[in-house]
Amino acid sequence: MLVIECPYCGARPEPEFAYGGQAHVARPSEPATTTEDELLQYLYLRDNTRGLFRERWRHVRGCGRFFNAIRDTTTDFFVTTYKVGERPDLPGVGA
Amino acid sequence: MQKFSGWSLLKEAFGGHQGWKTQWRRAAPKAEYDAIIIGGGGHGLGTAYYLAAEHGMTNIAVVEKGWIGGGNTGRNTTIIRSNYLFDESARLYDHSLKFWKDLSQVLNYNTMFSPRGVLMLAHTVHDMQVSKRHIHANRGNGVDNEWLTPEEAKAFCPILNIERNIRYPVLGGALQRRGGVARHDTVAWGYARAADALGVDIIENCEVTGLRKDASGAIEAIETTRGLIRSKKVGVVAAGHTSVVMGYAGVRLPLESYPLQALVSEPVKPIMPCVVMSNTIHAYMSQSDKGELVIGAGTDAYNSYTQRGGLHISAHTLESICELFPMVRRLKMLRNWGGIVDCTPDRSPIISKTPVEGLYVNCGWGTGGFKATPGSAHVFAHTIAHNEPHPLNAAFTIERFRDGLLIDEAAAAAVAH
Repeated sequence: MLVIECPYCGARPEPEFAYGGQAHVARPSEPATTTEDELLQYLYLRDNTRGLFRERWRHVRGCGRFFNAIRDTTTDFFVTTYKVGERPDLPGVGA
Repeated sequence: MQKFSGWSLLKEAFGGHQGWKTQWRRAAPKAEYDAIIIGGGGHGLGTAYYLAAEHGMTNIAVVEKGWIGGGNTGRNTTIIRSNYLFDESARLYDHSLKFWKDLSQVLNYNTMFSPRGVLMLAHTVHDMQVSKRHIHANRGNGVDNEWLTPEEAKAFCPILNIERNIRYPVLGGALQRRGGVARHDTVAWGYARAADALGVDIIENCEVTGLRKDASGAIEAIETTRGLIRSKKVGVVAAGHTSVVMGYAGVRLPLESYPLQALVSEPVKPIMPCVVMSNTIHAYMSQSDKGELVIGAGTDAYNSYTQRGGLHISAHTLESICELFPMVRRLKMLRNWGGIVDCTPDRSPIISKTPVEGLYVNCGWGTGGFKATPGSAHVFAHTIAHNEPHPLNAAFTIERFRDGLLIDEAAAAAVAH
């Protein structure tokens, strides 16, 4: 079981959280001109990174807020968690 | 290939069992092949076997970063069934189920296929409606499936608890009698041995580190830890690591890799004559020929490549198992482990050509790929040999996600996703 550091509430056990997959996947801003391939990218294609991965979590059984994390998917250790709107740069971490 | 038979066993017994040969060569990579399969699990080895046996392509290789069958082929819970809802899935999985029936004879290798019946339980009114819809859809596709009342379910599986006073009482179940189990390791070993006999090179401890394209953008070679290997056709069957390998060619796929856990108990005498699965309370169990109860748990919530997961996932499954099968409550669990499964958004596989000429992919089997091993390998070999999909996998493309033609098997693994 992971222990996850909610940026608002502190360290809590994994069952308090819901996973949200890859972070920073932006919805195309102009629906009228969005192509099928752009929608495919947004809806379905994911990096599925092996290594340091930016991902989204929600403290659903706590404060209810969304936040992001950087976790190593080869060890499951968290490097950091951060609030929505922030984006810490770390060496070796993709966009 | 040294044939296995009652006679060969007797002959070797008189020789003190000193005459058995290694079942496949330790091949070293050649400079070039007509086709290369990346991934030495059941699906990959099977693909190589059918390429050689049915399409005459014998100058081919299977490269595997670890050892044969050491990934998900050796980590699953061995359940075989074909009771999928949609037409495309039912046809593909039933194609596979038909191979299982005589696979041992075809490969001359005992896969221990045991069609003992797979019973999928219903615990709520919604479950009953969904189960019956599945039954009717299956029958329409020529796939056997029948409804059992709680009493009939208990007669079929005597250790099942059908008391009405539990949290999720058994209200009935859907039974596919042709479903069952097989010994998972033998599937990898049997295909490896049969493919090797046809001249296929099986190259273990050979990790792919890159895919090389020529000036026109077509696949030209693979880079590995054992050097560069040239081939104009490359099939990727890398399960949980498919995104990583396809990334070398710049192809993004709709996949997310999760740990899926399973566990086995200490061995006991035969108590369970069938496979029982429950979608709603998330538990499934069967008994191996060694006597261990083989139990499937769920996926962890997050992407991971660790081949292990959280204990709370297994514990949750065991709570369900103890309520469904009260007599196993005092059994100790011997081992638990995880495999990395590649899940697509619609929980159906991708068996397809890719935007890169000469590069093919068979992935996205998620939590339920073992049952499909022979059929998947068969249609993927056809796809590679003809550069066109077999009619049975024509719908399982990458483009279906762009075109909105999902094959939405939410119940694909009979577990809640």
